[in-house]
Amino acid sequence: MLRTAAAVAAGKTVRALARRRGGGSAFPGLVAERIQPRILRGALADIPGGIVVVSGTNGKTTTTKMLVAVLRAHSRTVFSNPTGSNFTRGVLSEMLPQLPLRGRLEADLVVVELDEAHAMRFVDEVAPTHSLLLNVARDQLDRFAEIDHTADLLARLGAASTQGVVANADDPFVSRAADALDVAVRWFGLDASIADRLPEITEHDSRFDDVGTTRDPGPGDARLRPRDERSFDVVFPDLEVGPVTLHQRGLAAMINATAATTTARLLLGDDFDPSVAAAALAAVQPPFGRGEVIDVGGQPLELVLVKNPAGFGVALSTYGSTPVATMVAINDNDADGRDVSWLYDVSFASLRERGVALTSGVRAYDMALRLHYDDVATARVVPDLDEALDAFVAAHPDEPKRIFCTYTAMMALRRTLAARHGLAHFGEDTPA
Amino acid sequence: MTETLDPDGPSKGTVTLVHLYPREMSIYGDLGNTRALASRIRRHGYTAEVVDHHPGGELRADAHLLMGGGGQDSGQARVEADLEAVGPTLKTMAADGVPMLVICGMYQLFGNSFHTVGGQVLPGLGILDVTTRGNDKRMIGPVCLETEFGRVVGYENHSGSTVLGTGQEAFGKVLAGHGNNGEDRTEGARTLHVIGTYLHGPLLPANPMVSDALIAVAAERATGRPFEPEDLDDPLADEARGRQVRRLVGSR
Ligand SMILES: [Zn+2]
Repeated sequence: MLRTAAAVAAGKTVRALARRRGGGSAFPGLVAERIQPRILRGALADIPGGIVVVSGTNGKTTTTKMLVAVLRAHSRTVFSNPTGSNFTRGVLSEMLPQLPLRGRLEADLVVVELDEAHAMRFVDEVAPTHSLLLNVARDQLDRFAEIDHTADLLARLGAASTQGVVANADDPFVSRAADALDVAVRWFGLDASIADRLPEITEHDSRFDDVGTTRDPGPGDARLRPRDERSFDVVFPDLEVGPVTLHQRGLAAMINATAATTTARLLLGDDFDPSVAAAALAAVQPPFGRGEVIDVGGQPLELVLVKNPAGFGVALSTYGSTPVATMVAINDNDADGRDVSWLYDVSFASLRERGVALTSGVRAYDMALRLHYDDVATARVVPDLDEALDAFVAAHPDEPKRIFCTYTAMMALRRTLAARHGLAHFGEDTPA
Repeated sequence: MTETLDPDGPSKGTVTLVHLYPREMSIYGDLGNTRALASRIRRHGYTAEVVDHHPGGELRADAHLLMGGGGQDSGQARVEADLEAVGPTLKTMAADGVPMLVICGMYQLFGNSFHTVGGQVLPGLGILDVTTRGNDKRMIGPVCLETEFGRVVGYENHSGSTVLGTGQEAFGKVLAGHGNNGEDRTEGARTLHVIGTYLHGPLLPANPMVSDALIAVAAERATGRPFEPEDLDDPLADEARGRQVRRLVGSR
């Protein structure tokens, strides 16, 4: 007990200091954990409404944000890790300011996003009541090595969940994993009317014949039925949520909303109110860098994070219908994935007509070369990100602009944009 | 599936390029190698006929050029039976001088054998005199090699550790990275016109001189005449490669 109090106090102090320096988010958690190794387990021991882990390759941050918004709109107090610090110690660091010295977090529910590997470390400490399994795509193969391994990690997360799992019916890796579970599974997926758009968003697994995987929606299962490019309904067998129009554009965001809604209903049971859910989803602001729109000189500039072939493909198809001036910024730091070969698994044909204004980042020339092989012209190659940003804005002052960027390129660009255009600082998402 | 790419002007002849197992063995952007070859064949003024070879299909023994990529263990398991069936044909073609580029998993399968961590010995095709042992250490990261084609850059990601047989030529000497085994500074293997390597990335777009070496042999086989190259400019590839070389080995 004393040890817990000491751990909490030390962690809080370190966190306050780190914040003041604008520093990393894992260290305070590490300090607290050193003093009391079971601090996380203790902190989450009294959560009555459920401990939910959201995992998968793409869409964790957006989906988590949506789920939390829907739960809070239903008057639940929810702890979450909102800054995209999707690793166990990050969760703990985030929790410290709210943690009373006795070490028990006070909240109705806990919803955390964790990447697949860190989800395993989390479940070693704390058994989640529920998990939401989004998708499996090739992402930073140099970190997780193999897609099979990633799928296996999600299966283990599902198996560790004590009360229920929500799974993507359209992702062959996820649905195979969830089918094998003993715990109750709720499914979300695309409505039959748009099933032909599946290839855009899922990683096809050539080793299995993933044909005819249609499963009839059971009680509590939900389907996404778009009305147009922006609005949609989430359709349960017995009720509908919608129409919803999100701030964030594109099919991927709609699927995330469907996943969040399915999970919220499972958690809330009879208290779930479709109109409250619809209003909450509509109010969610896109997480930083995920289709975020910034006003630059009276014109919108969109930052779109890309990190793997499936995600880049979705981004291109989402935005392909509205041509704008385009820049692509590719770095190859650890957080980006050091291997840029995946760019050859993306088709850039949709950029052919308009061409690309600039490529930038450490691998600017590799990106221009990649575009060249798809017959997409690149007007300029400027590796320095700030220089590229200035040139891009100067060359296209009177039209909407879009930058596809890897993680560290996005961080750098946003920092510059923040300095010049007075944006919120990184990690300071406006509270919902 | 077969795709034909015609040159802008009159064609100097048709070069048939076979991509081995594009579904099962192309996880690391290996499709980029096939695209790079096809596009370059076309730019040199030849027609590129690109043929996908799938398990159970008939191998085009008249192919002038072959490309095979890396896969996961499960992908390799799916092609094993077919590879056994077409193995003798591949071996004959290789000995006859057909140019081939095999990457990562396919490089291992082109060797003598693969010894798993569990002690199992999986026979290979024996086209390249190399032996691979599975181990727990994964060799990952950017690579720069000195080869007879010049400096080559790429990315490696393999846990297999490969040793060359006596007299087996390497593809290149490691200037930066791990290479075949992280110890003897060799990377890949080369016999006649067969190149095996761990470099995906994919290898060819940034290293067009390797493409040209393969295409030169293929074009000659296809037409019976010496290769008639066009004078191609590669400013983007040269800059992309040059920057990686400088990052990895400095200005040595
Ligand atoms: Zn490899």
